[in-house]
Amino acid sequence: MNLTHQAVQIARRHTTGVLLRVRPLMHWRWRNWIELLIESVIKLAGVSTILIVALIFLFLVREGLPTFLDIPLRALFGDRWYPIEAIYGLWPLIVGSLLVTAGAILIAVPLGLTTAIYLGEIAPPWQREILKPLIEMLAGIPSIVLGFLGWVVLAPLIQDLGAPTGLTAFSGSVILAYMALPTIISISEDALYAVPKDYRDAALAIGATQWQTIQRVIFPAARSGLVMAVMLGIGRAIGETMAVMMVTGNAAFIPSFGADMAFQPVRTMTATIAAEMGEVAQGSLHYHTLFGIGIMLFLITFAINSLAGRLVGHQTTNRRQGGRL
Amino acid sequence: MKRQHTQKLAVGLITAAAALVVLPIILVIVFLLVKGIGAISWEFLTAAPRNGMKDGGIMPAILGTVILSMGTSLVCIPLALGAAIYLAEYSTESRLTRWVRLAIVNLAGIPSIVYGLFGLGAFVLFLDMGTSIIAGSLTLGIMTLPVVISTAEEAIRAVPREFRIVSQSLGATRWQTIRHQVLPHAIPGIITGIILGLSRAAGETAPILFTVAAFYLPNLPQSASDQTMALPYHLYVIATQVPGMPLSVQYGTALVLLLLVLSLTLVATLIRTRMRRNRDW
Repeated sequence: MNLTHQAVQIARRHTTGVLLRVRPLMHWRWRNWIELLIESVIKLAGVSTILIVALIFLFLVREGLPTFLDIPLRALFGDRWYPIEAIYGLWPLIVGSLLVTAGAILIAVPLGLTTAIYLGEIAPPWQREILKPLIEMLAGIPSIVLGFLGWVVLAPLIQDLGAPTGLTAFSGSVILAYMALPTIISISEDALYAVPKDYRDAALAIGATQWQTIQRVIFPAARSGLVMAVMLGIGRAIGETMAVMMVTGNAAFIPSFGADMAFQPVRTMTATIAAEMGEVAQGSLHYHTLFGIGIMLFLITFAINSLAGRLVGHQTTNRRQGGRL
Repeated sequence: MKRQHTQKLAVGLITAAAALVVLPIILVIVFLLVKGIGAISWEFLTAAPRNGMKDGGIMPAILGTVILSMGTSLVCIPLALGAAIYLAEYSTESRLTRWVRLAIVNLAGIPSIVYGLFGLGAFVLFLDMGTSIIAGSLTLGIMTLPVVISTAEEAIRAVPREFRIVSQSLGATRWQTIRHQVLPHAIPGIITGIILGLSRAAGETAPILFTVAAFYLPNLPQSASDQTMALPYHLYVIATQVPGMPLSVQYGTALVLLLLVLSLTLVATLIRTRMRRNRDW
């Protein structure tokens, strides 16, 4: 079996090597010109993605740079956000974003990883056929719809539980957790799937239970993929805007530290941009500062995704070859 | 047999966690169906809002979302297709290719509100398009790129290598091979990607906040440089900005948006499963 496979591989490599060097029989000059033209256009389209990322950053900097030039750093990271009096302390917004994201991750990571395990290791095929489209469906639900449900259903529910208001960091975390779940589940499922079946068989053969196999063999083997799933989940959560804006109460205060920290209203960086950009005068310091927040969000997600992208790069270079010549 | 107990407990907990993920999804969809279906009528879908948006329908918002989706595909499809063909057929394992991949991963990760800021800075202000359908379409189109590129690339790569070998051995050039042998087989996958991308774009609010969306417009947009209402933004407005809005209208709007987006997702999934079943290689 292995030998045949090898033989086929060698034969393939050999034939393609020859074929690539054969020139087309019909060899008109204009055809080569068209070929060259099309190739350049297509290459341009590919390279344009780099250009677009650069342009996005450029325009954010163009509009947001005055934030970092005109506001002293100490004031910029002050603990009050009160634009009406030209006080632009970003700390409450940063804390708000961190708090809501941390809560979302605390909920979504255990749920997401276990669901991925369930789908990959425990669920019978017929359940997988139903569950996977359902989770894809969750990814498809617009954030504004989830935010709306959080606003009319979840928030009153939390208030009934005894919180002074239902619009809290916790409400945001719950909604965000469900928005990050599809990302976390699908990536960690891929990671679990990539663990060779031999590992499983070997562990079971020496008498491990299914859970022991998952815990001591499959999990460690899939670790880098699982880490990536969590990272991309964080990236997804920190950038969410509309749902968070609707359910976190939008109070730009640093919540007092304590047990009920999660049950106070907060305001995230994203929500601040969305809520205030419509009302600012173009070119004012407030306007520039909102773009400044955008720069920070861009840099945070850029760092997270570049790191995750590196992990992907290591894993899939082989798979990527696909069917091409 | 302690570990047998642990095994049972672990499987039980894992199953419970999976249920905790899946049940709310079903609950959300059923809940919106039940609450929203009463508000949906022929008038709700085809009439303009009246009486401070409390009566009448949401037709301008639906139409706006449809127009924006078409604009988005005009911007997105050519660029995404080109990039996907480049990655799947022309790219070599070079630094440039790594950069392109890095760019796509990052495009997928940029928060939607940052796309909104970019659209405002680049299209609305710098290119002086104003808040307009064209500015919104460009913003949404760029936001949709990574989804479409990734799915299209995968579809193109799935076409077996033998097709290319045979085509080139018969004297076809690289582009002729792609155009006549590879793309026709990849088309269903590519369309799936485009529809998925559009369903994402149709449901987004943050990128259109400052680039195209209008609070309320008495007339339908006349040209690409007009503002338009859009379903997601309309839902945001009637849920949070207009006091005394009847809940049924809010639920109805949320349901229409949900159904629009989910039916797109469903179509994409159907095309994909059909394609997998009918594949003849």
